[in-house]
Amino acid sequence: MFYDARISIGMLFTLIGTILAAFGLATRDNALAYARSLGIDANLWWGLVLLAFGVAVLLLGRRGQMKLEKQSNHKGKTGSRQ
Amino acid sequence: MPSLAPADWLILLIYCFFMLTAGFSLKRVMTGSRQYLQAGRALPGWLCGIALVGVSLGSQEVLGMGAAGARYGLGSLGFIVLGTIPAALFAGLYLMPIYYGSNSGTGAPDHTARSIPEYLGLRFDQKTRALNACLFSLGAAFSAGISLYAMARVLTALHIFEQVSNRLSLPASGVLLLAIVLPAALVLTYILLGGLGAAMYNQALQFCVVVAGLLPIALLGLKNLGGWSGLKAAVPHDLLHEWSGATQAGAHSAGIGAVGLLFGVGLVLGGGTWCTDFRLLQTAMAAKNADSARRAQLIAAAVWVFVPFLLILPGIVAVGLPTPHTSIVVHNENGAIYHDITVVPAAVEAGQGMVPAKADPGTGNPIIDANGHPVLDYAMATPNTLLHFLPMGLLGLGVSALLACLMSGVAASMTAFSSVFACDIYQAFLAKDADDKRILTVARWSAVGCVLLAIGAACATWRFNSLLDAMVLVFAVVNAPLFATLLLGAFWRRATGHGAFAGLIAGAAIALLHHGLDLPKGAQPGIHGGWIAVVHHPASELVLDLGTATLAFLVSLMVTVAVSFATKARPKTELKGLVHSLMAREPLGTQWWKRPETLAVAILLAAIAVNLIFV
Repeated sequence: MFYDARISIGMLFTLIGTILAAFGLATRDNALAYARSLGIDANLWWGLVLLAFGVAVLLLGRRGQMKLEKQSNHKGKTGSRQ
Repeated sequence: MPSLAPADWLILLIYCFFMLTAGFSLKRVMTGSRQYLQAGRALPGWLCGIALVGVSLGSQEVLGMGAAGARYGLGSLGFIVLGTIPAALFAGLYLMPIYYGSNSGTGAPDHTARSIPEYLGLRFDQKTRALNACLFSLGAAFSAGISLYAMARVLTALHIFEQVSNRLSLPASGVLLLAIVLPAALVLTYILLGGLGAAMYNQALQFCVVVAGLLPIALLGLKNLGGWSGLKAAVPHDLLHEWSGATQAGAHSAGIGAVGLLFGVGLVLGGGTWCTDFRLLQTAMAAKNADSARRAQLIAAAVWVFVPFLLILPGIVAVGLPTPHTSIVVHNENGAIYHDITVVPAAVEAGQGMVPAKADPGTGNPIIDANGHPVLDYAMATPNTLLHFLPMGLLGLGVSALLACLMSGVAASMTAFSSVFACDIYQAFLAKDADDKRILTVARWSAVGCVLLAIGAACATWRFNSLLDAMVLVFAVVNAPLFATLLLGAFWRRATGHGAFAGLIAGAAIALLHHGLDLPKGAQPGIHGGWIAVVHHPASELVLDLGTATLAFLVSLMVTVAVSFATKARPKTELKGLVHSLMAREPLGTQWWKRPETLAVAILLAAIAVNLIFV
């Protein structure tokens, strides 16, 4: 059975978002590192955006996965599966 | 030159790990060729739609749109929208139900087309199928090679893999080879494990990574230039008025008239890609039912209303930034005098903003054209902007985005190549009674073959740089005539197999002939045209490329019609479910706003509105 792709997308962005935000938080006083991004701590802010996106997609994916599993159980019982 | 910090590597590696995970977790699903080549025809429409956008954002497109932004400004926006949205909507509304084949008379899964060549076989005859299968697989492998080389060149210019190759003490050319082989091996691994399913899961992931990596550049770039008004002040004014030139023939920055633009870009380039190219269509054809397949195309079109901004903004910003120059800063610290010298290569100094001039490989000096201006390397616009703005950490995500667009395109070429080789060459002609297990093995080996061909093509391009420009010729020879044939096949019952075969050959021949006889002004005969004899000088390379594709399309259309009238048509009963007028009519939905036609009109209006805002 194919799993719900949103789970892996959500997991990737939750992970990357957390890492970026943590890295941004740790380096937020390093003015030299953020001279490139116009003095904005781009890691922190974009990391938070990605984290929010990742969690939202992950939740949607979990819901979709449960639906998929219910469907395949149902199909398995009635024997209508190809 | 900035290099990747450990934080960047961490993000890059996590992303690569997730790509392989998709392959490993789908491995146990791969029980037959249907699972492997068509993802079991079990995927939801939204996933197919997002994967379709991922495929349509290959490295050629991402680098090319950044280049177009740097070169033509917002003017390229209308050009890009015209070449994607109408064709994608048309394919979704009218062609996808026919290709997907859910309405075919027999209804058995064996009688639905698994690929575009197979549809040609069902609709026309086996020789048309064989011809297209051979042309397509060669074209797919070649374009995968070009994508690999184009991105490897960018990665090398950014010194991304230099640390790795220094540690392994490889020679200088080893970096480029590493940048070609590593991504190819990664893509091959997950495709061998999970087939089209793994490719599509990753294409959806890749699309998200491309947005996540490029959106911060667009935002930071805009802020740096002082918002929209700053952007307008920073680039030549006429570039921002996209349609102003296009409406008067010959006055457009690229020198194309409005009629030529509408016909060449909207119909031939758009249709040749979105209605014809199996690399894109295979994602929609893996949907769980015909309705989802149609929806996938519509979702892709809707996303494409906004995608061009993301891709051309970094290019426009690149031109607006100050050009780096060699500078010496003297400062005094505790009585000691320091000289900070920043050395910038001559080719970068001769560039415009972040867009460097093309450097002569021997001397490193900028290449100068006939008018004394340096020749700019627009493909570097997006990557250089990325490097300019992203701090370490986010830079890893930006590099992942570049790799992501490369891999989605290469993966699409590979899966399409294995489908066409296994179904339309091996099963159809070499071993007609091969069992399913054998087909699965052949499909896996043909993916390996495709990678080897692609790496070969990439190395050939490395040796003969001008091959980079051969992609447009491949398009004119393969896609443009095929679009004419498919259009007639899907909408005209009278079209015959002999007609289609003759049309495909005539279209390809005329494309080669036209390209061989025309040479854009100021170009050398060769890959840019004029390799037979020069009889005509079109205004620019873009005009020549559009002209070649359009001519191939028209000639293929006319020859197919003419030969079809001269040959015997197939009876109506044999064409059931293969031609638009002989499809089983689905009952109209009760609510008009839920019907795909309504959605398509809404997307089209949104695209027009977005374009009108920037006039």
